[in-house]
Amino acid sequence: SSQQHQEAVHHCASSRCGEDSHGKLYKNDTETQLYSLKMYSIIHIFYSSYHLWKYTIYDEDEVLLALAEQLGNFTMLVGGPEYVHCLLPPLESLATVEETVVRDKAVESLRKISQEHSPVDLEVHFEPLVKRLASGDWFTSRTSACGLFSVCYPRVSSTVKAEIRQHFRTLCSDDTPMVRRAAASKLGEFAKVLEPEYVKSDIISLFTALASDEQDSVRLLAVEACVSIATLLPQEDLETLVMPTLRQAAEDKSWRVRYMVADKFSELQKAVGSEITKNDLVPAFQNLLKDCEAEVRAAAANKVKEFCENLPEDNREQIIMTHILPCVKELVSDTNQHVKSALASVIMGLSTILGKDNTIEHLLPLFLAQLKDECPEVRLNIISNLDCVNEVIGIRQLSQSLLPAIVELAEDAKWRVRLAIIEYMPLLAGQLGVEFFDEKLNTLCMAWLIDHVYAIREAATCNLMKLVEKFGAEWAQNTIVPKVLGMANDPNYLHRMTTLFCINALSEACGQEITTKQMLPVVLKMSNDQVANVRFNVAKSLQKIGPVLDSNALQTEVKPVLEKLATDSDMDVKYFAQEAISALQS
Amino acid sequence: WALQILISDSLLAMSSAPTTSPSVDKVDGFSRKSVRKAKQKRSQSSSQFRSQGKPIELTPLPLLKDVPGVEQPELFLKKLQQCCTVFDFMDTLSDLKMKEYKRSTLNELVDYVTVSRGYLTEQAYPEVVKMVSGNIFRTLPPSDSNEFDPEEDEPTLEASWPHLQLVYEFFIRFLESQEFQPSIAKKYIDQKFVLQLLELFDSEDPRERDYLKTVLHRIYGKFLGLRAFIRKQINNIFLRFVYETEHFNGVAELLEILGSIINGFALPLKAEHKQFLVKVLIPLHTVRSLSLFHAQLAYCIVQFLEKDPTLTEPVIRGLLKFWPKTCSQKEVMYLGELEEILDVIEPTQFVKIQEPLFKQISRCVSSPHFQVAERALYYWNNEYIMSLIEENSSVILPIMFSSLYRISKEHWNPAIVALVYNVLKAFMEMNSTLFDELTATYKSDRQREKKKEKEREELWKKLEDLELKRGLRSDGIIPT
Repeated sequence: SSQQHQEAVHHCASSRCGEDSHGKLYKNDTETQLYSLKMYSIIHIFYSSYHLWKYTIYDEDEVLLALAEQLGNFTMLVGGPEYVHCLLPPLESLATVEETVVRDKAVESLRKISQEHSPVDLEVHFEPLVKRLASGDWFTSRTSACGLFSVCYPRVSSTVKAEIRQHFRTLCSDDTPMVRRAAASKLGEFAKVLEPEYVKSDIISLFTALASDEQDSVRLLAVEACVSIATLLPQEDLETLVMPTLRQAAEDKSWRVRYMVADKFSELQKAVGSEITKNDLVPAFQNLLKDCEAEVRAAAANKVKEFCENLPEDNREQIIMTHILPCVKELVSDTNQHVKSALASVIMGLSTILGKDNTIEHLLPLFLAQLKDECPEVRLNIISNLDCVNEVIGIRQLSQSLLPAIVELAEDAKWRVRLAIIEYMPLLAGQLGVEFFDEKLNTLCMAWLIDHVYAIREAATCNLMKLVEKFGAEWAQNTIVPKVLGMANDPNYLHRMTTLFCINALSEACGQEITTKQMLPVVLKMSNDQVANVRFNVAKSLQKIGPVLDSNALQTEVKPVLEKLATDSDMDVKYFAQEAISALQS
Repeated sequence: WALQILISDSLLAMSSAPTTSPSVDKVDGFSRKSVRKAKQKRSQSSSQFRSQGKPIELTPLPLLKDVPGVEQPELFLKKLQQCCTVFDFMDTLSDLKMKEYKRSTLNELVDYVTVSRGYLTEQAYPEVVKMVSGNIFRTLPPSDSNEFDPEEDEPTLEASWPHLQLVYEFFIRFLESQEFQPSIAKKYIDQKFVLQLLELFDSEDPRERDYLKTVLHRIYGKFLGLRAFIRKQINNIFLRFVYETEHFNGVAELLEILGSIINGFALPLKAEHKQFLVKVLIPLHTVRSLSLFHAQLAYCIVQFLEKDPTLTEPVIRGLLKFWPKTCSQKEVMYLGELEEILDVIEPTQFVKIQEPLFKQISRCVSSPHFQVAERALYYWNNEYIMSLIEENSSVILPIMFSSLYRISKEHWNPAIVALVYNVLKAFMEMNSTLFDELTATYKSDRQREKKKEKEREELWKKLEDLELKRGLRSDGIIPT
């Protein structure tokens, strides 16, 4: 990179003299260009923004992106806020580029430097730029303009404000859907900086128009704006100004719009307040939970818990029991697995809201049904949220159904599913207690040690360590250590190595006594294994468990074995034995 | 999947109880088992059906041919109204009789508009459009798989196709009918209608897209007032596809229609059309799924250049700007398209663009990916391109020479080496003096490079020696 550095310096030098920097920038590879752009920024060379832009405009979008980004940080480099407007021409050009990332970055930088303009400069330099962009021929400049209105609006005079509002209105009804989308996505942001009277007179009509646009991609963005607009209006106006549109969106013929409503439901709920929620949103939410499109149902199912939590407390329970729960019951046996698994990831949260009795009577059957679901993700989502139920009714209520579900997941054909369930084992063990564990789950934990996927064996090893931390060394000595050590005689060398990996993980938790008396002899014996991989893992294990052993064992037993391994015929064995020796010496 | 296969290298059967005999290295720790689930055919239907529950009843009407001619237009309208009823095809058991009745009625209507005369009263137009709209316009359902890959995955088929197909068939016959009068129809087939029609091109079902293509083509042909609007909307679809979503199933079909539209452009080309070429068609090359519509796209581009050769330079510069950096398959496509362009290029235009163009070709020729190199080298089999190269050999030869010379010695693929050899031979015959000069320069350049390399190596060695000495000394005193 010192070469790159030189190149960059060279560019800067030549551009200062007005030499052929175009040629240089153009010819070299993109990386150098990127680097040199950053260097420009560092060494304070900005001799003419317009030329810089002109030189690079025909080039890579990557370079333009870096340029757009850097120009946002150039204020001090061009002489401070007083001169910041000289950054506008190149950014204006970049804001008209087709490539979306470049354009967005240019807009971001423009937004940033707009704050560095004095109110006068903002009107003299910045606002005309926004106007030019807003009335550009090609859609790109008009989409960019949409993002700039809200940053200059609060700081200009009222006549200019009126112009800006007019421009925004025009863009909201632009005949290019791309521009209408850009306007719709900035509607909420723009509404926030407007004076309250204009929110009512201007924004509402734009909002209504965009929400009934012919393109669903525009309509769905209006739903997003709905959240911000609703928070800006006094409660008494919501019913007449916002709700008709929101109701219409919740029943839109396009599933994308309905999906958006479902996805934003919690925000909408907060924005419109509890009265409207009771009267309007509850039935709307019911409909979304019963939507004909699985996508929409899944999005709504995801919001069940949040929606219930945010219901007004005075009759929350009643609403849930009479309106929401029946729909939830249906979703438990939905035909689509994404819907079921979305529900399974939140349904347990309802138990804290509904309390012990309702949970046992109404929710428990649903949990149990989902624990038996054919789709592993559903079962997994239930198991991974067990802690919520545990707080309310304890896990024992579930244990009868839990066990078959766990066993089945433990043997699932997809290794990722098996991996996920292993990760919940320590939690389950803690909640179910040692007896239950020994009786039902211990075998599973041992079986994972000989899984045919390495990631599972590795996770199983780690799991054992966590179990020992929970249940103690004595438990380990009686239940798992013998089994682990037994695998040292397995015909399969991968299993023999698993013994070593387990010892690495367990020695610390088991303590000196068990490690020295029971584990060490096995490790030492394995140093004669025929497979080199096992032998060098012996060396690694000895290094790992060394600190747990007493110095006598280290000197009399470990050292001779390592020294022998250090003369092994295999290169790797030798290497790791030497590593171990030097590590243990220090 | 690949990851899973990689990792699930499985151990030997777990069940075999571990025996105590330790002598065992015959055991292969790794055996493979991977079963791929057979894919089932998927079908889907529009998302307009909310569970209606109630069975649908239609009162059977007499056949059109069984009633006197004067009553036929009236009956025709009635049948159209009946066909507005839409059935749920995802439920394969519901309304079987009525589904069959509608199918046969649609069939009858298709035949009727094909052969009958005098049936198209003015009242029939809105009814036809209503029936067609009611059946075909619907919100397309979400794609089943999130990452639908049109090259790998089977498309999801439209469940209601048995009816839908006949509705399309009927509509096309209607548009093509001799009695069809655009002046009346334009009241009903308007911008809104076209917009909804265009949205349907995103259908995953290729059969539907095929019918849509014909429909749109007919509408473009018959409704002059809608032409500009259609072009503009296609524009918007493409721009959204390129810059926003990268997802639209009907790009190839729309391009196919555009191909024939471009063919009919009047000369000189309007600025609008040129803008479409430069700002929409060229950027379409950047899309990831280019292979799905590249043939149609290249056709459109060549159509433009045949209309107006002065567009050659911006087009080629555009392609060079978007030239793929990491995707070899796309590079091969670009090379193919470039050859199509060169096939029709005018010599005066060629001269304008030859330098940047051959710099790129020289890079392609020396690509380590042999398909890219091979595709580029095939240019030398094209007689017209050869004649252009020959005319401008003094410019092209110096650009190409070092790449060619180098790969003739270094490329791993013998077929490429053989091809390069032929190209070099052709160059030698073209301009032997220049060739000799270039050979000489190349060799001296290489020697200079080698010398530099050697000097650098020596310098490093010196540095290493210094380091060593320093290391030795640093045991004692830190050198100053």
